[in-house]
Amino acid sequence: MSTAPVIVEGGETAPVRGPGNVGGLSWVKLAGGVVGAWLVVWGLGNLFLAFGYYPEKFGSKVVIAILAVVGGVLGAALLFYFINMFVEGLPERASAIVMPYAYILPGLGLIGLMLLYPVLQTINYSFANSDSTAYVGLDNYKDIFGDSEFWVSIVNNVLWLLVVPAATVAIGVVVAVLADKLSTQGEKVAKSLVFLPMAISFVGASTIWGLVYHYDIGDKQTGLLNWIWTSLGGKAQAWLSLSDLRFNSFLMMVILIWLQVGFAMILLSSAIKGVPEETLEAARIDGASEWQIFWRVVIPQIKGTIITVFITVLILVLKVFDIVYVLKNGLDKTNVIANLFFQELFAKDQAGKASAIVVILLLAVTPVLWYQVRHFRAEEAER
Amino acid sequence: MSARSAVLMADGRPRSRFAIVTTVVLCLLWTIPTLGLLLTSFRTRDAARAHGWWEIFSGGWTFDNYDKVFNGNGMGGSFLNSLVVAVPATVIPIMFAAFAAYAFTFMDFPGKDVIFVVIVAVMVVPIQVAFQPMLDMLGPRGLGVSGQYIAVWILHTGFGMPLAIYTLRNYMTTLPRTVIESAKIDGASHFQTFWRLIVPMSVPALAAFAILQFLWVWNDLLIAKLFLSADNSTVIVKLQGLLGSQGQGQELLTAGAFISMAIPMIVFFTLQRYFVRGLTAGAVKG
Repeated sequence: MSTAPVIVEGGETAPVRGPGNVGGLSWVKLAGGVVGAWLVVWGLGNLFLAFGYYPEKFGSKVVIAILAVVGGVLGAALLFYFINMFVEGLPERASAIVMPYAYILPGLGLIGLMLLYPVLQTINYSFANSDSTAYVGLDNYKDIFGDSEFWVSIVNNVLWLLVVPAATVAIGVVVAVLADKLSTQGEKVAKSLVFLPMAISFVGASTIWGLVYHYDIGDKQTGLLNWIWTSLGGKAQAWLSLSDLRFNSFLMMVILIWLQVGFAMILLSSAIKGVPEETLEAARIDGASEWQIFWRVVIPQIKGTIITVFITVLILVLKVFDIVYVLKNGLDKTNVIANLFFQELFAKDQAGKASAIVVILLLAVTPVLWYQVRHFRAEEAER
Repeated sequence: MSARSAVLMADGRPRSRFAIVTTVVLCLLWTIPTLGLLLTSFRTRDAARAHGWWEIFSGGWTFDNYDKVFNGNGMGGSFLNSLVVAVPATVIPIMFAAFAAYAFTFMDFPGKDVIFVVIVAVMVVPIQVAFQPMLDMLGPRGLGVSGQYIAVWILHTGFGMPLAIYTLRNYMTTLPRTVIESAKIDGASHFQTFWRLIVPMSVPALAAFAILQFLWVWNDLLIAKLFLSADNSTVIVKLQGLLGSQGQGQELLTAGAFISMAIPMIVFFTLQRYFVRGLTAGAVKG
């Protein structure tokens, strides 16, 4: 924190107060701000609702998209311009107090509307019946806990949680460390190839791996795994139907790991490159082997990043849905919480039970959430 | 000595055979499945059924799958839908988030810490909580825009907001505070400082968030499936439909999957540098 006076261009001491609020209260600005902001909200609201109500009037989808981008960006800019005008019109002291809130309000309002309010509403719905018209007490929770599919899902979610984050981090560390030992060109290529699946959707990845796990009735196998397996003398299998020991769930976990290792690797790699060369050199002079250096010097120094990556993947895994939905829709004991929710809400129209499932999911993420906040606080304290 | 110099790379570091072998194996594991899909997408239905894609000399190569899936199956239309959904949903959240991030970084106000902690916490909340309440709000019982693009833009803007504010704010804290102080002394208002200094300086973080959000929106299945009508459905939803139709249409599935990946991959490869920088700036302290 430097408290030294900042030298302004030209060397003069400039006035501290901004040009906007020289005279304190300004009715013109207040009125202009209110009218302008209202006009923007009203105009944009109508434009966007018109996209929804009369899409055919715009001629083509591309026109709608372009109007939305232009309208959205310009509208947001104008909105902030008028909000700012209003706040600057306030007396100086009030202006300084209100300004920060005015800047965070639109963003925070969206979060409140789309994330905070729904949390409360969902908790509310979880005590109501299937179309949210009457309260039924704890019946939804009793139903869920009595449902064997729920317990199948819980076991699977726990397995996903135990396997995927740890495996992702482990493979990510291996790639990051080993790629660091390659030539510059080799490192670049290797990292790009492993990173590439980051761009692929869960559905796309499921398609890719669906081909790998493919099973043909008959002798000829066109799925890669079955081809390898039969070449080794095994019998062709319908892999994704093998529910013994939840084998099919593990095969689906492979897909998520495959998708996420790139992300882990990128973060871990930049952390590894941040380990000071001197500490490595010192360890080498002391006669430590590369293996010892890795475990005793590198790993402790990148621990923070490992935890960050682990938590990020963990959060993703808690909500895992697409892969299970697309490949099996929860059949053969592959169900997970998020898919169970989807089935209850949209296939069975059970809003109450579905909400109760989400509440359980919320409870499951709470420890992570608590950890995340603590971690954030600790990091802020270090800044 | 000569044996030793043979195992050094151009930049003088020792060449590690173990590292080379292991990374090559991992790279193969990471590319072969995608390669299999790509090759299968260029094969006729009969060829794909009779031979594995690795039997590349068994013939049966064709572009028909792409032709059929793009023109016959409506994938072309849904490709356009994906763009129409993704571009506004990427651009609109940025300004809201940037202003909020500015306030959290450069202004002091009561409740700042508490509000920011709420934003950090909300990043963990599963979006599933929002579905029932949002279906009420956007559906026939509410605004009645469910099924249209606008519904999805709103949802992605809201759901992307916590991460956007968080990433941008993390980046802005790394900007030199003295620049802002001197702007203030120069008599610049916060509004001017934001536009003239902070936005230009934050371009890398803005780009990184935009890429992340674009990939997320383009690749999203849940929101698109629930909040878009059949006419407006995205490539991912279309692809999921193809996956469901076991047996028939298998040859279209592979081509469809590749079409769905084309744009994200182009975005990804051309903007990878920004993306990596943004990811590391957002998640790693520094």
